[in-house]
Amino acid sequence: MIEFRIDRRAGLPTYLQIVQQTRQALLLGRLRVGDQLPTAREVVASTGINPNTVLKAYRELDREGLVETRVGAGTFVIAAPGRAVAAQESEAGEALGAWLRQAKASGLDRAEVEALTKAWIEDIYRGER
Amino acid sequence: MTDTLVDSSPLRVVEVGQRYGRKWALRGCSFELRPGAVTALVGPNGAGKSTLMAAAAGLLRPTQGRIEVQGEVVTASPSHPDLGYLAQDKPLYRQYRVREMLEIGRHLNARWDAAHADALVDAANLDRDQRVGTLSGGQRTRLALALVLARRPRVLLLDEPLADLDPLARLEVQQTLMTEVVDTGMTVLMSSHILGEIAELCEDLLVMVGGSITLSGVIDTVLAQHRVLVGPGTGPDGLDFLPEGSVVEVQRAARQTTVLVDRPVGPLPIGWSSSDPTLEEIVVAYLRGGGQGTGR
Repeated sequence: MIEFRIDRRAGLPTYLQIVQQTRQALLLGRLRVGDQLPTAREVVASTGINPNTVLKAYRELDREGLVETRVGAGTFVIAAPGRAVAAQESEAGEALGAWLRQAKASGLDRAEVEALTKAWIEDIYRGER
Repeated sequence: MTDTLVDSSPLRVVEVGQRYGRKWALRGCSFELRPGAVTALVGPNGAGKSTLMAAAAGLLRPTQGRIEVQGEVVTASPSHPDLGYLAQDKPLYRQYRVREMLEIGRHLNARWDAAHADALVDAANLDRDQRVGTLSGGQRTRLALALVLARRPRVLLLDEPLADLDPLARLEVQQTLMTEVVDTGMTVLMSSHILGEIAELCEDLLVMVGGSITLSGVIDTVLAQHRVLVGPGTGPDGLDFLPEGSVVEVQRAARQTTVLVDRPVGPLPIGWSSSDPTLEEIVVAYLRGGGQGTGR
C-alpha cells in the first residue's frame, strides 16, 4: 500500500501533495487497478494532518476518474494511467537508467542531469502536457 | 463559518466583551465554530485568545455578551460536560505520578473514559510511576491531552498545544489529536502562531486582533476570495476603482502599490495586475491591523 510523505516546506498544499504522490505511484505502476488507498485514519495516524485534507485529495482523484470511494469499504484505484511501457523495468526505463548511470560516471551531478533532461523534455514534448 | 445553520454550532460566541479594570481584553467578539471542523485561532500576543478560551471554558465570566456550548449558555464552572479545555501551561501537579493524575481525572470528572485515558497514556509510552515534574515537555503535553480527551469532549479548546515541542513530539501530538478528530468528529479550536501548522491541521480560520475577530472563514474560501493587486505608485485617490470596504491593506513603495482586497474586483486599470495571495500574506495583513474597516 502507498504511504504518503508530507513535506512541510514544499509550499504545495497538503492535499495536492497526496494527489500528486498518488498520480506518480499510478504512473510508475506502484499502484494498480483494484489497489486500496490508505484510509483517512491511517494517513492521519502516520502524518498527523487533518483528516479532511485526505478526503479532499481522494475527492480530487475521484473527480479525475482514478479512484472510487465505496462507502464502508474504502477508496480503490479504478484506472491507472500508467502503462507497462512506462515502468522503470521497461525497455525505455532501462535505457534511461543506463544513460543516467553513464552521465553520472562521466561526472555530471544531479542538478546538471535534471537541468539537461528538463531542457530536452521541454524541447521534445513542446506543446504537450 | 458563516454558512452554518444558526442552531447547530458547537461553540458560539456572541458580542462578548471582557474587561479587566479599564482595559478591554475582548470587545464585540463574535463567531461560531463549524461542527466537526478544526479551526485555527490566530492573533498577536495579547489579542485576547487565551481570555476567550478561558471564558468559553467557564473560568471567566464575560462582562458583556454570551458564549454557548452546544446551544447552552456557559455559566461559571463546572464547565460544560461536552467541552474540553487545555490551557497553554498544561496545568498538572508536578509532584504527582502519572497514575495519580489519572486517578484525579477519574474523580474530578462526571464523564470519564478510563479505557481511553489508559490507551492514550500507553500510546505515549508514559511510565505510570513517573512523577509529572520529571516528564519531558512532549510527554507532559500528551498526558494533559489524555486527561482532556478522557472526558470525551465534543468541543475541544487548545491554547497553543504545540508550542515548545520538539519536532517528534509535535508530530506525535498532531497524530493523537487528528486521530481523535477522525474517530469522534469533535470540533476543535486551537490557537497557534505557526502558519505551516495551521495549513496542515486546520480547515477554518479566525484572526483575532485587539479583542475582536477581524477575519473568519473556511481557509480555502478565504484563499479564493482574497486577491493581491500590484500597480503603479498612487496617491490615496488612485484606488478609487476598488469597491468600498474591500481593501484589507495597502503598501506603498516609490513606484509600486500593493493592495490586498477581500473579494474579487472588476476590470483593473492599465498597469495593475492581480494574483493569488498565500495564507501567510493574508494572515500577516490582518495581524498588522488590516480588515478593520480602516479602508483606503
